[in-house]
Amino acid sequence: MATRHDTAAPPAKEGGAAPGRPPVVPTEAEQRHRARLSRRWQRDKRWSPYAFVSPFFLLFLAFGLFPLIYTGWASLHQVELTAPTDMTWVGMRNYTRIFDDDFFWNAAKNTLTIGIISTVPQLLMAMGLAHILNYKLRASTFYRVAMLAPYATSIAAASLVFVLLFGRDYGMINWALHFAGIDAIDWQNDKWPSQIAVSSIVIWRWTGYNALIYLAAMQAIPQDLYESAALDGASRWKQFLHVTLPSLRPTILFTVVVSTIGASQVFGEPLLFDANKGASGGAEHQFQTLGLYLYEQGWVNQHLGRASAIAWTMFLILILIGIVNYVISRRLRASS
Amino acid sequence: MRARTRTTRRVVVLAAVASLGAGLLAGCADDGGDDASDGASSGGGKGKTTITLGLFGTMGFKEAGLYAEYEKLHPDIKIAENVTERNENYYPALLNHLTTNSGLMDVQAIEVGNIAEVVATQAAKFEDMAKVSGVDKSKWLGWKWSQGTTKDGQTIALGTDVGPMALCYRKDLFQAAGLPTDREAVGKLWAGDWNKFIATGEQYKKKAKAGTFFMDSPGGLINAILSSEEEKFYDSSGEIIYKSNPAVKAAFDLTAKAAEEGLVQAQTQFQPAWDTTIANSKFATIACPPWMLGTIKGKAKAEDAGKWDVAVAPKSGNWGGSFLGVPKSGKHVKEAEAFITWLTAPEQQAKLFKVQGSFPSTPSAYTMPEVTGAKNEMTGDSPIGTVFSEAAKTAPVQVIGPKDQIIQQGLTDNGVILVTKGKSAAEAWNTATKTIDNNLDK
Repeated sequence: MATRHDTAAPPAKEGGAAPGRPPVVPTEAEQRHRARLSRRWQRDKRWSPYAFVSPFFLLFLAFGLFPLIYTGWASLHQVELTAPTDMTWVGMRNYTRIFDDDFFWNAAKNTLTIGIISTVPQLLMAMGLAHILNYKLRASTFYRVAMLAPYATSIAAASLVFVLLFGRDYGMINWALHFAGIDAIDWQNDKWPSQIAVSSIVIWRWTGYNALIYLAAMQAIPQDLYESAALDGASRWKQFLHVTLPSLRPTILFTVVVSTIGASQVFGEPLLFDANKGASGGAEHQFQTLGLYLYEQGWVNQHLGRASAIAWTMFLILILIGIVNYVISRRLRASS
Repeated sequence: MRARTRTTRRVVVLAAVASLGAGLLAGCADDGGDDASDGASSGGGKGKTTITLGLFGTMGFKEAGLYAEYEKLHPDIKIAENVTERNENYYPALLNHLTTNSGLMDVQAIEVGNIAEVVATQAAKFEDMAKVSGVDKSKWLGWKWSQGTTKDGQTIALGTDVGPMALCYRKDLFQAAGLPTDREAVGKLWAGDWNKFIATGEQYKKKAKAGTFFMDSPGGLINAILSSEEEKFYDSSGEIIYKSNPAVKAAFDLTAKAAEEGLVQAQTQFQPAWDTTIANSKFATIACPPWMLGTIKGKAKAEDAGKWDVAVAPKSGNWGGSFLGVPKSGKHVKEAEAFITWLTAPEQQAKLFKVQGSFPSTPSAYTMPEVTGAKNEMTGDSPIGTVFSEAAKTAPVQVIGPKDQIIQQGLTDNGVILVTKGKSAAEAWNTATKTIDNNLDK
């Protein structure tokens, strides 16, 4: 039976247990001291949380918001890296010219195709790997850590190795293809081979990362569901299809969103894959992504204004993708 | 006890925050990078002044022992260099530091491809080296001096090396193809005209050893032809003329022709695959400033030593070379000026050539024994010093412009290379000019 607190004796006041003793009256100085402490404590309680969260926001202001606004301002000017303070107002010209800038749309198209041929296989493979890792395996921790190794590898080091593998004349992949009776493929200079090669670096790097996310989600699925499915006679494949996949839906959505954002910003892989170390993404810009084009305009050609406009256009495109993702995910949730 | 721990912890946290903050502030306030030296001088150390140099690639001053020599001559000076491997990475950072006037070293190197832009846009940030005592304009090649000088006569940087261009060729491959191997006779094959060079290539191809090419890369060929022109991408008034200049179109078409006929190998210079073709001895000639001999030495197999020789190019040209300037915002401006005056003097340039193969930009060095007696392992007994001296003296005074690099790169990486992939010369020219125009457009 619960105690009724309202009928219980009120807590004793200070010195209440010994009514015979005269109450201790604090001196005036002591009272002031206490009041000061109390005020300080109040202030502390009110403002300290802000102080504690401030580092992030200060850094965000300095390195996030300010560059964003400055870039927006620069995008309305003609300004060169050789004299960043010397700005000439050009209004929306940097934006309007993007509409008939073949190089921009070529880069946008490349970003899309590289995004698709890297994201789709990557997520499918990650799902398969996660499913396998979810079984009882000997040394499973080893496999899980090994999955993350590519993600932890420096992108520069990885890309250099891939450049060597995909070499036309002395590359290992063409050497292997030669035994299969396939002629040497010019992985650098032909459109689709170069895009596939760039995608393969992305896939290699991110598959394990996504697999671990899937694995974590899979392990949260209650074992009973599998047991009852097994009792109902569902095969492993059926279990995967009817138990695992539906339970993973939010996780899949999350990885799709994150991978899409990642794919729209692909930069390091194509930059380093270009053996000329240029930012033009191959002789005919066949694997120049938007990130690379932005870099080329800003840092190679030193057109800060144009680069800023490209950056903002990319930002707007990303927001658009975000909205589409949001709408699709709401539909999906509603339908389930 | 508990209260004490809490105050201790608070003290520790405060200390940590303070030191981090101080570190950040210090990082913002001073990224000049020679605190250490100042600390040493104020802290009552040896009282040495450290001169810092910002360099790119392998300029080789240190390797040639020049720092050690200067430190011996001036016991109160210490020299420290900060080398960025590739100029592509070095130059944007240098521009950034110049425009914000911070983070600059006492001495900054500038590549010849960038000198025009730096002279045109950043001269105010540099000391006028012509006014420094001991600097004698007449010691330098005239064109080298004027490249580092503004229109109003301020010399922002002193020339270090130049890249007088000759042609290196494989004697064994020439012999196998029935061509002469003596450097005089080889030079006569194509003297005065790049078309004759291509004609020699056609002759080479008829009897060439299987799998070999006459030249290493289309980029190397067009670069060699263009570097022997007085005007290429800009005219003397500073207008961009690359599209209308017949010399550029002729160089492009000649290179495209060579590519179509399979005289050049489908390589891009300084790529790993290109390195391998040197090692595998797959091509017979390569446009060859003195520093290229170092590259060949680095990439070729040991048994190829002595199989190379150097002949004069159809027309003399220049490929490469650097400058050293002293930014006004440096910490030790006077000391730095004195140092680079010494470092770029003919005697030091000759020593640098002997060790590093960087060719002097001061003609009086050409008669010094370090230059006249120079030999290279790859070229055996060839008197490379005299061949290159001749090229340096006859190289044209070339107009260089601020965006030369962008134009050249477009013509090479987005142009002639395409012909080796089966595109027509006209298609390649279109891709190249479209790329260049887009890159030049502000």
